[in-house]
Amino acid sequence: MSIDDDKRPRRARSSAHELERYSGLFAARTGRMRSSVMRDLMAITERPEVISLAGGLPDTSMFDPELFRSLMGQIADESAPQALQYGPTEGLQAVKEAITGVMAAEGMVVAPDELIVTTGGQQAIDLVCKALIDPGDIVIAEAPTYPGAIPAFCSYQAELVQIEMDADGMVVEMLEQRLDQLAADGRRPKFIYTIPTFHNPAGVTMSLPRRRRLVDLARERELLVLEDNPYGLLRYDGDGLATLRSLETPTGSRDGGDFVIYAGTMSKILSPGIRIGWVVAPRPVLAKLNLGKQSADLCSSSLTQYFVAAYFAAGGWREYIDLMCDCYRQRRDAMLDALAEYLPPEASWTHPQGGLFLWVTLPDYIDTTDLLARALQENVAFVPGEAAFDDGRGHNAMRLNFSCSDEAQIREGVRRIGKIVGEQVALYSTLTGNRKGAPPRVPAPVEPSMAEVLSLPHRTSRGGRRSRGG
Amino acid sequence: MTRVAVLKGGRSYERQVSLASGARVEDALERLGHEVIGIDVGSDLLRRLRDAACELAFIALHGPGGEDGSVQQLLEVLQLPYTGSGVSACARCSDKILTKHALRDAGLPTPDWVAFSDSAFRELGAADTLDAIELRLDFPLVVKPASQGSALGIKFARTPDDVPAALVAAFSYGRNVVLERYVPGRDLAVSVLGRVGGGAEVLPIVEAIPQGQDFYDFASRYDIGRTLFECPAELDDVLTARVQQIALDAYELLGCDGFARVDMMVGDDDEPQILEINPIPGLTETSLLPQAADAAGIAFDELVARVVEVAQARATRTA
Repeated sequence: MSIDDDKRPRRARSSAHELERYSGLFAARTGRMRSSVMRDLMAITERPEVISLAGGLPDTSMFDPELFRSLMGQIADESAPQALQYGPTEGLQAVKEAITGVMAAEGMVVAPDELIVTTGGQQAIDLVCKALIDPGDIVIAEAPTYPGAIPAFCSYQAELVQIEMDADGMVVEMLEQRLDQLAADGRRPKFIYTIPTFHNPAGVTMSLPRRRRLVDLARERELLVLEDNPYGLLRYDGDGLATLRSLETPTGSRDGGDFVIYAGTMSKILSPGIRIGWVVAPRPVLAKLNLGKQSADLCSSSLTQYFVAAYFAAGGWREYIDLMCDCYRQRRDAMLDALAEYLPPEASWTHPQGGLFLWVTLPDYIDTTDLLARALQENVAFVPGEAAFDDGRGHNAMRLNFSCSDEAQIREGVRRIGKIVGEQVALYSTLTGNRKGAPPRVPAPVEPSMAEVLSLPHRTSRGGRRSRGG
Repeated sequence: MTRVAVLKGGRSYERQVSLASGARVEDALERLGHEVIGIDVGSDLLRRLRDAACELAFIALHGPGGEDGSVQQLLEVLQLPYTGSGVSACARCSDKILTKHALRDAGLPTPDWVAFSDSAFRELGAADTLDAIELRLDFPLVVKPASQGSALGIKFARTPDDVPAALVAAFSYGRNVVLERYVPGRDLAVSVLGRVGGGAEVLPIVEAIPQGQDFYDFASRYDIGRTLFECPAELDDVLTARVQQIALDAYELLGCDGFARVDMMVGDDDEPQILEINPIPGLTETSLLPQAADAAGIAFDELVARVVEVAQARATRTA
């Protein structure tokens, strides 16, 4: 008998032999499903005493519990049988209409039948991969890219090519060069994955000229672009920029785009717990995504779709976004102030105009995975930059989240990070300052414009990692 | 039937592995008919142990805190019998510097090394000796924290330029680091299992063969299919006997009890070199000690039963 807290179910016995048998049964793609040293470190960021600047969470405590109660009560009173039932694969009509309203707020004109509701934005990425990727196909993404997209690409055995970014987002000129190189080898990427607005994790926004060029490029070369836009409405400064989707289909046009697939989500403007996102795609692509979704989960949760429908019908969703923007703006400012105060001059970081994240670049000799181990001793956590690359880059960068901690926590968290970064900078200086004949470390060449915001040297002279555990 | 507390989790970086080891041990103990109390180790450990009124603690903790003698010391104060090695063996094994000194003093092979504390660099100007160290150890060299049992913080320095950054990384985990000569060759894990009547037996050798990379990373030892493990390793009888004898000598030298895993490299010259001794090796489904036991015909439940019996026998002897 067991009196453990968690009342574990009894598991089947498994031996090394049995595991070996399973090993032969696994699909080849599982070999590319990544796991990392970070997983073990991230597991201990959840201790209550840790100030976590690691997550990507919106602050759901701002949502009015009374409104939640009344919406759920309304569903119980008016639509209980339907809310507890399966729904259409493409999503409830009322939800699709609400989504067209959200997209209109960013200048996009979309008809409800041009989109399908997905189980979070993550499923949109997964479905696009499922529809387009054969093993070995190329997917292009930014460097760095959304850490949660990499496992999706890997699980379909895509080859990921990451294109450098600067303060204006993906360097589209470099993308063109890379496409030319690939074309010379007879290769053509299946799609280009991009987060043009308030990039996760880089915190930068693609400029309008680059957006136009990317859309033109997609049309010229007949390449699909997956525009992932979870944060577009969370803007704290400056004017909104046209999405790739709206550049492809000028306002008033109802023709639908040819090459832009657009993924959106309720996660950051309402709730990630309801797992409701959506995808808009050219009709032939949308039909395949719909088939893919049927096999994945038949339909997204009817219950939470009813919640979304009731929430949008009640009005006030714009005001809630305004409320979040006011709060997150202050938190971002608190983080920027704290970074300026506590990080040594060797560090640089991006200044996002919206979204949830900023990206800090440290000197090349600091490995942020190891730094995280040290940070956890000081009860503070972040996401090591390595998570945002599939090619070993990013080891000296980190992603910081400012949406889910209050200003005092942000300040204290950054102070602790600054302290340990300062220690490592000083130690490195001690280790190198006295050495005779040791050549100065020269970071890998980077574009001057990039160096200011996103110094991402290639991992050339860095040692590998070797396991001695088990 | 015995009331057994399984200590798992804790605050170390190896928390996840420990939770997996602990869960597996709990299942085995239940199947063996024991009453099991799983405890995720935290600041309330003492209270929970007292509330549980158990007769034995099975320590399935890895890394600092659980593997370095701290928990063992606490259990001794409480006079609660526990599995695995005692305080002094844990303290020596979890500190690579102490381990390596003990091995070298006893004439057991371990790669040449130099160890420093951070204060040696900050206050004693140890950085000035780096050139001499590099001359002595040659490249590539391995830089690692003295106190971590896992791959965390282990870096390979291929050139002098790599050394300072590797040191900075290793110091992220503790105050002491080891710079060690790199031994290219075959990576062997030799598990030793205590006998109820005293003494110990060496289990078949596991060889870790990384797939498709120079070095397998931290994750690969816990994820099926990332590293190929061969057990028993394909070594000739003479080398097998030698490797096993060295593992047993190290186990006894350091005063291990119950079980331990001795990690070694065997160079191209067939000379085994001990890298470290894990007093509480992983017990997950992909861990090496259970694989070795399995190859010796000792199923996991039997392995757990044996570790418990050895602990009980020790408690009886010392009572």
